[in-house]
Amino acid sequence: MNRADRLPLANFGVAFAAFAVASAMAMMQALSRASLDLPFRSAKLYYLSVTAHGVLMALVFTTFFIVGFGYVVATRTLNRPLATPRLAWTGFWVALLGTVLAAGAILAGKASVLYTFYPPLQAHPAFYIGAALLIVGSWFWSVTMVLTYRAWRREHPTEPAPLAMHGMLVTAILWLIATLGVAIEDVVLLIPWSLGITQTIDPMLARMLFWYFGHPLVYFWLLPAYVVWYTIFPKVAGGKLFSDSLGRLVFILFLLLSTPVGFHHQFMDPAIPAGWKFLHSMITMGILFPSFITAFTITASMEVAGRAQGATGLLNWLGKLPWADPLFSSVVLAMLLFAVGGIGGAINASYMLNSAVHNTAWIQAHFHLTVGSAVALTFMGTAYYLLPRLLGRELELGLLARVQPYLWFLGMALFSFSNHITGLRGMPRRVYEASYGGSAIAANWKILTGVSALGGLLLFASAAFFVLVVLGTWLAGKKQTPEPIEWAEPLEPIAAKSTWLDRYGLWTVVAVVVILIAYAVPLWHHLQTIRFGSPGFKPF
Amino acid sequence: MNVPLYERVWMWAAGVIIAAFALTVAVGYGASAFQPPSHVETIDPANALADPRFAQRGVTLSERGATVVMVGMMFAYAPAVVHVPAGKPVTFRLTSIDVVHGFQIVGTNGNTMIVPGYVSQFTTTFAQPGEYLIVCNEYCGSGHHVMSAKLIVEAAP
Repeated sequence: MNRADRLPLANFGVAFAAFAVASAMAMMQALSRASLDLPFRSAKLYYLSVTAHGVLMALVFTTFFIVGFGYVVATRTLNRPLATPRLAWTGFWVALLGTVLAAGAILAGKASVLYTFYPPLQAHPAFYIGAALLIVGSWFWSVTMVLTYRAWRREHPTEPAPLAMHGMLVTAILWLIATLGVAIEDVVLLIPWSLGITQTIDPMLARMLFWYFGHPLVYFWLLPAYVVWYTIFPKVAGGKLFSDSLGRLVFILFLLLSTPVGFHHQFMDPAIPAGWKFLHSMITMGILFPSFITAFTITASMEVAGRAQGATGLLNWLGKLPWADPLFSSVVLAMLLFAVGGIGGAINASYMLNSAVHNTAWIQAHFHLTVGSAVALTFMGTAYYLLPRLLGRELELGLLARVQPYLWFLGMALFSFSNHITGLRGMPRRVYEASYGGSAIAANWKILTGVSALGGLLLFASAAFFVLVVLGTWLAGKKQTPEPIEWAEPLEPIAAKSTWLDRYGLWTVVAVVVILIAYAVPLWHHLQTIRFGSPGFKPF
Repeated sequence: MNVPLYERVWMWAAGVIIAAFALTVAVGYGASAFQPPSHVETIDPANALADPRFAQRGVTLSERGATVVMVGMMFAYAPAVVHVPAGKPVTFRLTSIDVVHGFQIVGTNGNTMIVPGYVSQFTTTFAQPGEYLIVCNEYCGSGHHVMSAKLIVEAAP
């Protein structure tokens, strides 16, 4: 093992541990919603576990994985060490301390406020302080990524950044912009209020700050997955990337459009005027564009790979692709599920149409296709690819690794399609059970919650396979000389000189301007309104 | 930037699809057949039950339709059953006296968040008489899944 790889591996270790705990919680929830009686089943435990699942999957697994992956990309594509390795390690320990504090508060039953932690539900201060430390730790990562890029740029004044680094750098910048909202919410509003320093809190201001963060958060998850799709996947498929410059454009578009859309999570909220919601709805439609480009570019790269293996017909290139390779199948299946999730996203974003699905089971069905499939499945595939190369060990239990992505796909298809339908029939999300005192309307949902539970079981089996492969490889994999990490070449050679797409400072300024247009006026108006605060409640 | 022909066609097609989506939403916005509940009005949550706007809860009928005043709390709505006429606009006015709740009339486009300190308001018309289930769709504590109410839509006499 290369000494410098200890840092990404430490981050991956935390990520996979969080994933393992959160997966077990998820299975219990899926069974509970189907009203299957389990030992120790209780409403308190259910809401505790929904909180743990959300926080550990959406915030801990993703963040630590992305941090680790970012360091791999930076050191390997730029061929230089990190500019600030001490800062990077400090970030890891700070984020880990934060995770332990927050997870401890949740598991002790003192913070069943879900991963959205809307006040005036009030958690133990350790939860909010832990969240703040997790965010601060991740900032050290963002800063390390930017400083490492700048050090490389001084050594290479004219070259374009490698595409993978381009994507991860945009991710790091986007994260700094996005977390500003939740950091203000957490440190200025929630921590003093939970400690009793302030008596009341404005729940709407907290919601606006949370969703300022909450949507770019999903692109913080997605962009590293796109980096894998654009820069590792085409090579594993046996071909080349169809277009490098469009890949660059895609990441820049996400930097510009990810944040000024947060009100689309608040269409059904009072106290935000309709015009601003409409503006955010329109910008949200724009975000579809870079993903449409990605769908074409990655599929075209697959065709390039198939034809490179000698395929000549209209579709027989599909048969030439390495379907047994777990990174390849993970990414293809992730893309298929994401196509459905993306269309669902356009429906959610459609302003008044949102009232038919807001906070129903449709929403959890939607984001399990996006973050739970496009992102999580890609990250698992990436783990199969990276771990042997970083650890210098062979992938153990290879059969489980080959089956696992397909099992995830099947489980998610059952889980997601059933929940989309129960959502359309009005079943709310995040309920311990959904019988509503024997209501005939609620009885309509019953069979489909059973299908959802079956999906949950398959997903749990798939997650268990993944954890077994990781443990087996890490602890018992046969030592070998590590294969190199190979980055996909573009079909057409990239420009010799950096272009307008590599002007990160400029694009950051443009992104900030668009955010100000979308947020400054409504936030200012809100702060001018006469508002009444709320004390904290702990009904859990 | 050199974009291959096929991809250029695809990008134009994607642009057209997105423009069509946006236009559909914009037409709905302009026609204002149904707007999301974007009412801006504040209220002291500690005093909401005594506030003149929410002291008299329940249904007020008028020539033009009905107004329903309800309060959400852990883990119930007050009142728990409301009767409204079919085919006429019904305006809901809602607030919370504790945490954030949801208010969703299953099978309709009636759906809003209820946030303490704020008044949620929306208007909708129920074409079909019958019994509707109202559920809380925002987690509000360990009794979240039992928080519900009944809406009886009565046919015009």
